[in-house]
Amino acid sequence: MSVTTLFAISLGAILTNNFIFSQFLGCCPFLGVSKKIDTAVGMGLAVTFVMGLASAFCYGVNIILVKLGLDYMQTLAFILVIAGLVQFVEMFLKKSVPALYTALGVYLPLITTNCAVLGVALLNVQNNYNFIESVVYGITGGLGFLLAIFLFAAVREQLEFADNPKCFDGFPIALITAGLMALAFMGFSGLQVW
Amino acid sequence: MNFKKQFKEGLITQNPVLVQLLGMCSTMAITTSITNGLGMGLSVLVILTLSNIFIAMLRKIIPNEVRIACYVVVIAGFVTCVQLLLKAFLPALDKSLGVFIPLIVVNCIILGRAEAFANKNTVAASAVDGICQGLGYTAVLVVMCFVRELLGSGKLVGVQILPTSYTPALLLVLPVGGFLCLGTLIAVMQWALAKKDKKKEETKQ
Repeated sequence: MSVTTLFAISLGAILTNNFIFSQFLGCCPFLGVSKKIDTAVGMGLAVTFVMGLASAFCYGVNIILVKLGLDYMQTLAFILVIAGLVQFVEMFLKKSVPALYTALGVYLPLITTNCAVLGVALLNVQNNYNFIESVVYGITGGLGFLLAIFLFAAVREQLEFADNPKCFDGFPIALITAGLMALAFMGFSGLQVW
Repeated sequence: MNFKKQFKEGLITQNPVLVQLLGMCSTMAITTSITNGLGMGLSVLVILTLSNIFIAMLRKIIPNEVRIACYVVVIAGFVTCVQLLLKAFLPALDKSLGVFIPLIVVNCIILGRAEAFANKNTVAASAVDGICQGLGYTAVLVVMCFVRELLGSGKLVGVQILPTSYTPALLLVLPVGGFLCLGTLIAVMQWALAKKDKKKEETKQ
């Protein structure tokens, strides 16, 4: 493993294989929590943090499962680990950063059902990443999510004033916008590290 | 219990994807071919029905404070069963759906129906609800697949449908097409529902 591999993984996770725009992981919070920039950034940071932690913990859990020959229980074990982690992050934030805790509100527990978090844990196993690669993939994947949700929230704040056909109000126009952004992100797909 | 009403709700007026806006990740990600769409839709239908039945059975036993955790464990159990079955009997489908089969665990439709329906209703009603909502989800997937596969590659289930002179709109098979296609479908749905409401009001007057 070298720095180049880690760099390639990061570049892929943030730009070329962005979790939202090319893998469709984490679309629910992406569309649900992107009406204002502040909350969107808060959500992005929280997701990044949980994704990093989840990659690290699930790596350990997976080793134990494989040793016991229980690797078919991956999904079940991972989701429990993630639910526990989110609970832990919630308690930690409540005690030490109460301002951020109140700002995130109901979205914090919802990170458990964010498919980007479970997705990253499963993809790490699928791609045979080692510990450092897994953590890097988790964190940079989260950063990619943060970038996407931040850009999207900025566009969406302006969309409020757009004069679109009535039946496109709300979600449809947001989805079309996301589609156009995905098109822009496709421009990165030629990037390669060699 | 009203089977007809539930069926209509699941398929149209309360469609999980187009009206309740749940479970959109998988809807956009895997709808590139009809086989994928049908496979995913039926898997979700089976899991949703089973988990609805199970949760409705346990609704008086599960303590309120930890109910979400209990639901997730039940759902993850069924998802693992389906995943193993697919791997054994339909390995090609399992491969093309990839990570989205285990990700059914965090599909909002299933958790949403458990929370909104199964923990308040009888076992039979919940089973019917699971089937109807699952059918609604499958229907949307198939429509999306149909549009994306036909226009994006000119083929359906691998058979050339459009004349070979047709240049495939490759855009639709790419991730972009998922966003655009679903956005348009939801818009059509909103338009249709608004029109129906208007008609109702007019007949009232």
